[in-house]
Amino acid sequence: MKHLIDIKDLSVEEIDDLIEVAKDIINHKEKYSHKCDGKKLATLFFEPSTRTRLSFEAAMMELGGNVIGFSEASSSSVAKGETVSDTIRVVGCYSDIIAMRHPKEGAPYVASIKSEVPIINAGDGGHNHPTQTLTDLLTIKCEKGRLDNLNIGLCGDLKFGRTVHSLITAMSRYKNIKFFLISPDELSLPEYIKRDVLEKNNIEYVETKNIEQYMKDLDILYMTRVQKERFFNEEDYVRLKDYYILNKLKLKKAKKDLCIMHPLPRVNEISTDVDDDPRACYFKQARYGKYIRMALILKLLEVK
Amino acid sequence: MNIDSIKNGYVIDHIKAGNAMKIYQILNLNRLDCQVAIITNAKSKKTGTKDIIKIDKNIDIDLETLGFIDHNITVNIVKDDKIVEKRKLDLPETVVNVARCNNPRCITSIEKYLDHIFVLTDKENEIYRCKYCEMSLKNKD
Ligand SMILES: [Zn+2]
Repeated sequence: MKHLIDIKDLSVEEIDDLIEVAKDIINHKEKYSHKCDGKKLATLFFEPSTRTRLSFEAAMMELGGNVIGFSEASSSSVAKGETVSDTIRVVGCYSDIIAMRHPKEGAPYVASIKSEVPIINAGDGGHNHPTQTLTDLLTIKCEKGRLDNLNIGLCGDLKFGRTVHSLITAMSRYKNIKFFLISPDELSLPEYIKRDVLEKNNIEYVETKNIEQYMKDLDILYMTRVQKERFFNEEDYVRLKDYYILNKLKLKKAKKDLCIMHPLPRVNEISTDVDDDPRACYFKQARYGKYIRMALILKLLEVK
Repeated sequence: MNIDSIKNGYVIDHIKAGNAMKIYQILNLNRLDCQVAIITNAKSKKTGTKDIIKIDKNIDIDLETLGFIDHNITVNIVKDDKIVEKRKLDLPETVVNVARCNNPRCITSIEKYLDHIFVLTDKENEIYRCKYCEMSLKNKD
């Protein structure tokens, strides 16, 4: 593995390996605190995403490394019209590894073609966000103890939600997974994912508009945000944004060991009265995100 | 209607009716100095009507591009007035700078120096996806 551009680039074995390293980091933090002494991570955020950037920077710092970079395009050479390829080659002279976020889909792939140092895709438009998927997988593994034999509910924007698409793709490689797709018709999972991922791999799935219908069956409930920027008109957004709100009442029939996840930030999809429920895992999920990024940095830098 | 038969060259047959001009342009046949005959709406046993292009010269034909546009096309190679070979076309694994990605969110929309590359991701349904953004190419026309 030289770069991480798309979660599909990773084999199941490579993912398992990253998860094992992340778990070891969680259990033996001190062992890792100087692994990246003298190394630099560049965080190139051509569009702002404070949360993801801080997660990468915290990960590198906890490994003893340093961080350079920019947090939006207006303050960088891109504003002067430099190509992605040129920016990456220059930054590669100053850093050992690059985490890059870009509003245009495929930009990290373009960057990786000419880069001398490993590139991590930290999100490219509505396309890929592989470290979010790795975060989700580590969360599931740590909270449920397994990545197979799971009933996974996905709720909200299943049409535009790239985190959902990547998670479905990643989880489809494990045994005995069943998906419960909970969304209004307008935001249902695209046909090509049903066909190319679910049906092709013989994965069982059901679709419903009712969040409570299968609540009692779920091991995982993955909530998503309905993002305004994915809509062309304001009316549709306003009509659909509050379609599903998870609250304590709706959890009445849920399993005691249900794991509630959300990629964050949330708007109002999960009512704050759920936050203190032991089944709420979304803040823990953010913590797991840092650990899996530490494991990924070690792997790409080939630090033992 | 009589069209001079060709001595050495190609007969590109079974072109979907209406597509001949597009192929003429993509293969840059306007740059040739030899005879090129375009026959449109010819009768076809299989599909009712078809287009045919005859080229009276041994040129290099980009069979991959041709296969990408329409892999039902047959390319007949003519030597000394005889068809010596009938070539069936395959869908190529990748095509470079034949089709353009129309996704406004794709990196190719702002970085103009990039090649437009499409990869065959689903042979059965003939689906090509952009190498960069993975948007499927809905319509090859
Ligand atoms: Zn594209």
